[in-house]
Amino acid sequence: MAYSSFLQMNEEFSLLIVMISLLVFDIFATEKSMRYFQPLALVLFTLHTVINCIPRDAFEVAGGMFHYVPMQTYVKTILNIGTLIILLQAHQYLNDEANRIKKGEFYFLTLSTLLGMYFMISAGNFLMFFIGLETASIPMSTLVAFNKTDHKAAEAGAKYILSAVFASSISLFGMSLIYGTTGTLYFNEIATVFTGTSLQMMAFVFFVVGLFFKISLVPFHLWTPDVYEGSQTNITSYLSVISKGAAVFVLFTLLVKVFPKIITEWQHILYGLAVLSITVANLFAIRQQNLKRFLAFSSISQAGYILLAIISGTALGMASLVYFVLVYMFSNLAVFGVLSVIEQRTKKVLMSDYNGLYQTNPKLSIVMMIALFSLAGIPPFAGFFSKFFIFSAAVQQGFYVLVFIALLNTIISLFYYLLVIKAMFIDVNDAPIEKLESDFPAKISFVICTLGILIVGLISSFYNQIAVFSFGI
Amino acid sequence: MQYTLLIILLPLLSFIVLGLMDSKLKPKVAGAIGVSVLGIITLLSYISAFEYFYLHKIEGVYEKLVPLHIEWIRFNEFLHIDLGILLDPISIMMLVVITTVSLMVNIYSLEYMKGEKGFQRYYAFLSLFTFSMLGLVVATNIFQMYIFWELVGVSSYLLIGFYYTKPSAVAASKKAFIVTRFADLGFLIGILFLSFYTKTFDFNILNSGDASIFASTAGVSFMGISVMSWTMGLIFIGGAGKSAMFPLHIWLPDAMEGPTPVSALIHAATMVVAGVFLVARLFPVYHTYAPDVLHVIAYIGAFTSLFAAVIACVQTDIKRVLAFSTISQIGFMMVGLGVSGIGGHEGHEGLGYMASMFHLFTHAMFKALLFLGAGSVIHAVHSNEMNHMGGLRKYMPITNITFLIACLAIAGIFPFSGFFSKDEILAATFQFSPYLGATMSFIAGLTAFYMFRLYFNIFWGKEHKHEHTPHESPFTMAFPLVFLAAVTVVAGFLPFGKLVTADRSEYIIHLDPIVATVSIIIAVLSITLAALMYMKEKETPKQLATTFSGIFKMASNRFYIDEVYIFITKKIIFNLVSTPIAWFDRNVIDATINNIGVVTQWTSHKTKRFQSGQVQQYAYVFLVGTLIIAAIMLFV
Repeated sequence: MAYSSFLQMNEEFSLLIVMISLLVFDIFATEKSMRYFQPLALVLFTLHTVINCIPRDAFEVAGGMFHYVPMQTYVKTILNIGTLIILLQAHQYLNDEANRIKKGEFYFLTLSTLLGMYFMISAGNFLMFFIGLETASIPMSTLVAFNKTDHKAAEAGAKYILSAVFASSISLFGMSLIYGTTGTLYFNEIATVFTGTSLQMMAFVFFVVGLFFKISLVPFHLWTPDVYEGSQTNITSYLSVISKGAAVFVLFTLLVKVFPKIITEWQHILYGLAVLSITVANLFAIRQQNLKRFLAFSSISQAGYILLAIISGTALGMASLVYFVLVYMFSNLAVFGVLSVIEQRTKKVLMSDYNGLYQTNPKLSIVMMIALFSLAGIPPFAGFFSKFFIFSAAVQQGFYVLVFIALLNTIISLFYYLLVIKAMFIDVNDAPIEKLESDFPAKISFVICTLGILIVGLISSFYNQIAVFSFGI
Repeated sequence: MQYTLLIILLPLLSFIVLGLMDSKLKPKVAGAIGVSVLGIITLLSYISAFEYFYLHKIEGVYEKLVPLHIEWIRFNEFLHIDLGILLDPISIMMLVVITTVSLMVNIYSLEYMKGEKGFQRYYAFLSLFTFSMLGLVVATNIFQMYIFWELVGVSSYLLIGFYYTKPSAVAASKKAFIVTRFADLGFLIGILFLSFYTKTFDFNILNSGDASIFASTAGVSFMGISVMSWTMGLIFIGGAGKSAMFPLHIWLPDAMEGPTPVSALIHAATMVVAGVFLVARLFPVYHTYAPDVLHVIAYIGAFTSLFAAVIACVQTDIKRVLAFSTISQIGFMMVGLGVSGIGGHEGHEGLGYMASMFHLFTHAMFKALLFLGAGSVIHAVHSNEMNHMGGLRKYMPITNITFLIACLAIAGIFPFSGFFSKDEILAATFQFSPYLGATMSFIAGLTAFYMFRLYFNIFWGKEHKHEHTPHESPFTMAFPLVFLAAVTVVAGFLPFGKLVTADRSEYIIHLDPIVATVSIIIAVLSITLAALMYMKEKETPKQLATTFSGIFKMASNRFYIDEVYIFITKKIIFNLVSTPIAWFDRNVIDATINNIGVVTQWTSHKTKRFQSGQVQQYAYVFLVGTLIIAAIMLFV
């Protein structure tokens, strides 16, 4: 066996090197040199992002356990950029007196989950996939409970790990049934022998709900608001963007690559879940007063929209999915960034606290407004184009009714996004949030996000680049 | 010639800088930014014109250059929206016209707009307009042109409504926007038709003369008119809106509510000729596939020209006289295009096209000069009304001389530039139809009459009592006048036939001696008439007005076209169409949306129990969900 073939896993190795360097630095650094930890980490991670952003030719490692296709580079780069933005936004939080000593852990845990997602994305075998999934979710639960002395965070951590274990066990049960009926765990081999007998159908359903849990589709979403609310805001944004982005991509590739023979069946499942997720999440989002819970439901409904791309099962669907994730990342991280700046300094997360924000913090309000408009899908912001492509992918496959339902729901979603904008710009408040000064890294993250929202939609080469590799899935 | 991209982008940059600076700049700095950016791009466009006309000629034919081409949105293999730069003789000519006039207006405004609230905003809008207009003329495809076409409309709206505290300015800006937008609807439908049948937006493909592109339109007709006539007719409606052709001309006189330099730039020299440019850009298509539409354009142009010239004879607001004169002159350009053919140097078929472009060029210069001169007068006497002026020649010598030069040019007196371009249009028209030619000659006479009525009323005649003595404008306002006057004097001798022609190859102009002599005689006679009537205070004009009181009143009221529009919109459209639609909107559409809201709130309230916060319940729901899906998959 040629061990040198392992070296082809560039992304994974480079991320591992970053992680280990940071870990070593954290252990041996003196109190004084710890000042350089964050700049070093950001530089290393940016470097890692830059050197790994060029797609390569497809290859396999370890007899197909690890299966790379060029599209994965784009997905991993999107996750990298998102993680970078989150690290920038968490900068201030980690410099707080209470969290200073936990800096190293934060970075190491975050990057571990990212590494897990890398493996999950590039897996060619169910074992590899499962290892990736767990590598992503176990550090995640510690991150959720990062403020371990905080009652809510601890509760959220417990809820997350319990739900995740529950989902994993059901998923693992499904995998074992798949192995039992097909005699293999390799994706490409399963694809040829998986015909959709009753037992296989049951196996498929058990397996796939594990991913539905990750993406938090209704009715597997109940953990989401509690965990989002309880955990630290930057972690919430990580959960809602990075973790979800990786999972939807994996779901798409698995469905198309491993289960092409039962496409009509899984299309039925996704159809129902898309309608449920979008509608139920919208219904709940309207009532939320806590903005973090509000965004939890908003992200559930966004996940429902993503299903419209997956349900098509075509190359166009693939391209629109990756594009959607890219745009969703910029928009959602901008909103979470504003939230985290405000929460950090004032501890305020209720919608009523945001009344009159524009008077005191016009820049933050405008960033938030642009991001919310993008989430709602209003032109000329990128969110309009990403929804447009997703809808066209679904329409192309004849899902007219589904697209119509989704369109109706965009009206509802527009309503609740506008509620926040109304609070910031129109509603009066006797004691609005005082004028805040964002820290420099957070400012950079806002610039990146705003530019992303404005440019990714208008410059079509982003979409065209993604579309180039969507045929190879 | 990649640097032409800079010509387009620099004004955008200056718009962004001036727009984002939030009035923090000192007016001087804002003005300096505007003027210096314009100075640079004017220089660049002159360089590009020299380079193009000297170097890019192959076997006597000017090349079509595409120095920049980006595919922006792709629909399918054939149909994609691109952004790019197309350089050919007409777009190069337009670059020169737009940058020159815009530079002059930018310099002029330094003084004219001094102390206005929103000085910086004014310069930002001017830059936006310049950017949009430049983007329009270099468009490589009809969709890009449409995008910039609308941007031009927006910036014109912003500039007309610059004095937004004045209700009449706000009304005028809305009127201009709505009327042209309405016309653009026709343009858009035309674009969709064209792209549906030809599968392309690209001008170079459309104009390539390749008949296979239009193969699918063969034999398709609607209501007895071929589909290409419909298409090109609809596209012309867009052009007619921007170029103020009858009956879509009603917005232009009102647009004079904007600052006078804006009128010089937008409503005299550049934006209003966009319609002419559009027809010229698609001329090969018009000529080959919709010759009947081209003839209709000629007749509409001639009628508009006559109509506007008659109205111009009785207006008393000097800017409105100039506005109607602009409409009338654009009519001339449209006639020139409408009667033209392509190529054929012996038979002079291409004369009309060349003459029309020539007239566009010379008209831009002398009409901008007239407007800036009028601005200078208004600046001095603080009124737009003719009878508040008179005898100003003593106080404002520079304005007087330059205004006179422009009047002589527009009247068509040798050797000023208007003589050459107008005579070529007349010659081409006579070739097409002697009757039309005679009509146009008559309009030319009217033009000379009303322009000199204007001139004598302002600078001669009885002196009006002024609150303070009028004074000559300072250097920053006088310089543009002198510069444009110099251009007006020499532009007629430009070898235009060698530069801008329908088939991009050289064309030797022969002035038709009979037409030239006759038109000079008509012009001189008209000027003499105007001199007799208006040079000294006399009773003749008033007597004439009472004798022909009917037509005088109708012309003063602009033949009641505005009233017709108001009747149609308020009485017919509002009552018969809008009221039922409003009812439907309120009671069906709004009600549906509101009910979605009500139902949503209600359901949202009813289902909140599911989110209990207990993790064991979450797991339970999770499991039930899984089992239900599995059951559906297995048993349904």
